[in-house]
Amino acid sequence: MKRWLPVIVFFVLVGFFAKGLFLNPREVPSPFIGKPAPAFTLPLVGNEAQTFSPADMKGKVWILNVWAPWCVSCRQEHPVLMALAQSGAVPIVGLNWKDKDREAAQLLAQHGSPYVAVPDDLSGKVGIDYGVTGTPESYVIDKEGIVRMKHIGPIDPDVWKNKIEPKLKELGA
Amino acid sequence: MIPELGHFALIVALLLALTQSILPLVGARRGNLTLMSVARPAAQGQFVFVALAFACLAWSFLTNDFTVENVARNSFSQLPEVYRFTATWGSHEGSMLMWVMILGFWTTAVSVFSRHLPDDMVARVIGIMGLISVGFLAFLLTTSNPFERLVPAPMDGRDMNPLLQDWGMIIHPPMLYMGYVGFAVAFAFAIAALLSGKLDAAWARWSRPWTTVAWAFLTLGIVLGAWWAYRELGWGGWWFWDPTENASFMPWLAGTALIHSLAVTEKRGAFKAWTVLLALIAFSLSLLGTFLVRSGVLSSVHAFATDPARGSFILGFLAVVIGGSLILYAWRAPRMITGGAFTWFSREALLLANNVILLAAMGSVLLGTLYPLFMDAMGMGKISVGPPYFNAVFVPVMAPVLFLVGVGPLARWKEASLPDLFARLKWALAVAVVTGLLLPFTLDGFNPWATLGFALAAWILLTVLVGFRERMQHGTRLTQLPRAFWGMQLAHLGLAWGIAGITVVANYQLERNVRMNVGDYTELAGYTFTFQGATEYNGPNYRAAKGTVEVTRDGRKIATLHPEKRIYNASGMPMTEAAIHPSFFRDLYVALGEPLDDQARTWAVRVFYKPFIDWLWIGALFLVVGGFLAASDRRYRIALKKLAIPAGAASQGA
Repeated sequence: MKRWLPVIVFFVLVGFFAKGLFLNPREVPSPFIGKPAPAFTLPLVGNEAQTFSPADMKGKVWILNVWAPWCVSCRQEHPVLMALAQSGAVPIVGLNWKDKDREAAQLLAQHGSPYVAVPDDLSGKVGIDYGVTGTPESYVIDKEGIVRMKHIGPIDPDVWKNKIEPKLKELGA
Repeated sequence: MIPELGHFALIVALLLALTQSILPLVGARRGNLTLMSVARPAAQGQFVFVALAFACLAWSFLTNDFTVENVARNSFSQLPEVYRFTATWGSHEGSMLMWVMILGFWTTAVSVFSRHLPDDMVARVIGIMGLISVGFLAFLLTTSNPFERLVPAPMDGRDMNPLLQDWGMIIHPPMLYMGYVGFAVAFAFAIAALLSGKLDAAWARWSRPWTTVAWAFLTLGIVLGAWWAYRELGWGGWWFWDPTENASFMPWLAGTALIHSLAVTEKRGAFKAWTVLLALIAFSLSLLGTFLVRSGVLSSVHAFATDPARGSFILGFLAVVIGGSLILYAWRAPRMITGGAFTWFSREALLLANNVILLAAMGSVLLGTLYPLFMDAMGMGKISVGPPYFNAVFVPVMAPVLFLVGVGPLARWKEASLPDLFARLKWALAVAVVTGLLLPFTLDGFNPWATLGFALAAWILLTVLVGFRERMQHGTRLTQLPRAFWGMQLAHLGLAWGIAGITVVANYQLERNVRMNVGDYTELAGYTFTFQGATEYNGPNYRAAKGTVEVTRDGRKIATLHPEKRIYNASGMPMTEAAIHPSFFRDLYVALGEPLDDQARTWAVRVFYKPFIDWLWIGALFLVVGGFLAASDRRYRIALKKLAIPAGAASQGA
């Protein structure tokens, strides 16, 4: 019996690992869930005279997508967001984070913009208020301006179907 | 074209690896010499094709071929050439390719340096290593193809992780992998012995030098990692008990146990089953480390892209390789005849105690590393286990091992006498205890941790000296002592040296975080650090603020240090480059924090006084040199010649 012990211990470990593969240790519960989205007022990319503030979206369920022109995963996410925008599923606001080289306007003109508004967070301060750890990150915000969900990393069709869309339905988007 | 060539080379390598494993294993089973003789050329060919694939990937990086996704993600046109080359193994895909290439290298080394081994043994060992290659090549080709194209190609790459843009990172992964993968040789020897049923002193003698070399490489790799963390992370620490560090430390602990247990099996024929199990465990932990780092089940500063597909593949592979080998062990182990009786107090018993404690230490690291995963998997919340746990558990567990380091080499095999041993070691013991008790008073008053560390370091040093003196009592000169003895003594000496360094730096380092304007100064450990401002400059692929800190002592100039704060162009990632003035007895370490005003005249500055930290690196180098020296002992080659058995007779054992 003794000699089978290593085998048994090992397969118990394998069981945990198998479970662990489908958990995400980085899915840190955001302290903002259930709290009002931090307020800000930022100029819009391409139209600095105009500003955007989360209060403008009152009464709508919307997504705040934090992205940056220098971020490769954001480009990966871009076509998915474009499709969502065309389907009219949900308004997406694209917070342009730390765009030091001022490329956002040109990039969106070239590849199309999935966003209803692109506030320009040049200093990165708003991102910090929202606890952004890296781009892209998306926040689902409800009609009352409460953050209901945070997703770290690009939105792919899978994430959309299984995570974000059900949440939007629940919030009555 | 070049990337496709690399992809093709990988496919050829996979086919060769299949040949390398199936034909020789079948041949060894049937006693068919023709099939067995396929092992060597197939293994060497496999290595050539993997190396070709690696060269193709390196070429894509060097030529900035951003149509290759891997290059676009991990390189950048402004990246200096040397880092464009090292970026080849900076990504998940590239580092796995390097893993397979090093496995091919070890297999080729076995195929070359195994002329004196029985043919069926060679066939089995190379065949089993081939199976591991098959697994990893299939993993690369199905889930992590490094040659994947990206259409449309981006204008420029995303840049290599700035943390990795350091020359310590150039050699750290290859050395670490040489160690990890080197345990595959001991693993393959163990499996081959289980398959053939021939588990004897000769088996231990064959495995031993391979294991020792792998262990020395692993030691070097871990230390390079620690040294890199010390210089590059800007926190002044060198070990953080991060899951990735633990992943390399656990095989090291098991490997340390293995090289000691192999000594007993070779010399006395005892612990056969235990030694085989350790050989399986050491390599299993290497594979486990690969899984933990690649799959993203644990969060770590080093973790690569998380992808369940990759994790599932490695986990399945892990289950087959480790599970299969442990089942084989459970099935075959009872057939092993235990030889070499010994009493409870003998070198064998002391080495067994060393083994048990090392494995207990390994177990405590494993538990701490996996605990967050257990909790999460059982829905009991997210927690993280930090250095307090590891320091509290690991240090007390390791202290007895370090005490045994002094006793083991001097105890007799089979049956030692306690009064005799005490008579030989009483002075060493007394001096060590007194050193431990008194030394802290010359520094900072009584400190139990410093006492423990100093006493153990002095104890090991003194017992090493006793060992030399006893060996030389009968007119033997130092140059006549065998390399194996020198290797062991140097490694143990390195341990003493390292412990002394760790003890001092952990208990007596000084640190100061200050806000400094141009012209401000701060004093630490008798040194005066004067901040002379920071200037901006443009690096090849980053912008940096370069501070100037002048260090004086009693008005005498010691050094001018230039810590930097860099922002990398492509990723926007900030990096700290600490400036260090090293010397034998202390490092002065300065790191720039954040600018505290808009004109960047006032900065947060971190200043450390790190006494004796370099002793840690020196001690570690002694460990490495000791390992290589022991592995190069002449008796292995001579012994192998004597033991060479005619192939016909050997193949009947299957």
